[in-house]
Amino acid sequence: MHKKLEPIVKAIQDKFSATFEEFRDEVHLFVKPEQIVDALTLLRDEYNFELLSALTATDYWPQETPRFHVIYQLTSLAKNLSVQIRVPVNGSSPNVPTATRVYAVANWRERELLDMFGIEFDGHPDPRRILSPEDMEGHPLRKDFPLGYEEPQFTFNFDEIDLRKPYAKE
Amino acid sequence: MGVEQKLGNMGVVTTTLESVVNWGRTNAMWPMLFGLACCAIEMMSAQSSSYDMSRFGMELMRASPRQSDLMIVAGRVSKKMGPVLRRLYDQMPEPKWVIAMGDCASCGGVFNNYAIFQGVDEVVPVDVFVAGCPPRPEALIHGVMTIHEKVKSETFKQYTEKYAAK
Repeated sequence: MHKKLEPIVKAIQDKFSATFEEFRDEVHLFVKPEQIVDALTLLRDEYNFELLSALTATDYWPQETPRFHVIYQLTSLAKNLSVQIRVPVNGSSPNVPTATRVYAVANWRERELLDMFGIEFDGHPDPRRILSPEDMEGHPLRKDFPLGYEEPQFTFNFDEIDLRKPYAKE
Repeated sequence: MGVEQKLGNMGVVTTTLESVVNWGRTNAMWPMLFGLACCAIEMMSAQSSSYDMSRFGMELMRASPRQSDLMIVAGRVSKKMGPVLRRLYDQMPEPKWVIAMGDCASCGGVFNNYAIFQGVDEVVPVDVFVAGCPPRPEALIHGVMTIHEKVKSETFKQYTEKYAAK
């Protein structure tokens, strides 16, 4: 990892007893959900990581538990550094404190995570779906959500698909 | 040429009422702007000077559904957009027709997933489908001419059946 990043990683490790992984030049820090707001505030205020470049999640079902990793990618424009913080969250009741007070951009990003993965954020000012219709059930980007495609219509199955298709009434 | 040949000396033209009504409907059919995605670019270029749609009576595109007869659904319709599309279709006054332009509006196109309607005829009743991804402006104009032929061949019996049922 970059030389300038080493003291920062060490500070986070000491303060929050976080583990870290390296992959090529990236640093991934693993933090518990309760500590995330403090970690983000520390990085933003003391170490000048002003920009939350990305707030996404990954689903590692069924290989790993905990199932979701919420990923916060922080960038420092002043020092040209970037660090990634991962929060492993369980699948049964995924709850993470909201990062909206630390970074305002997290507002819509967390709504997207709620919509696509079902990860709920405590204290979020506007918790509703953002990309899919409000009455949709299910969270599309989870690994156990069905693909939702329609069977391709060939000549042999055209009639049966035609009967099932919900055509519009006038 | 045209009507003057048939006028003769008296200035009288005889025809059937159906033909006049259909002629009026086809020659001034105003489409509603409903360009959603990439097909909208081809619709715009069909309307502009190179492949002029004004030749066929579609002089201008009305943004308001209350002032249009034809809805050209150009582009993919997501499940969130479906109720909006239906509401705009319901706001159009009779008589109205729908062209589903492009593959996404006809059958879902390349997007065979949970978020896109597989064909806009799950939302509104469609008269003419134009295939292509995106269809060339000439293909869209062919679709428009097909709608003109369809309207010209309508009879009063069909009108009463269609409009009395609502």
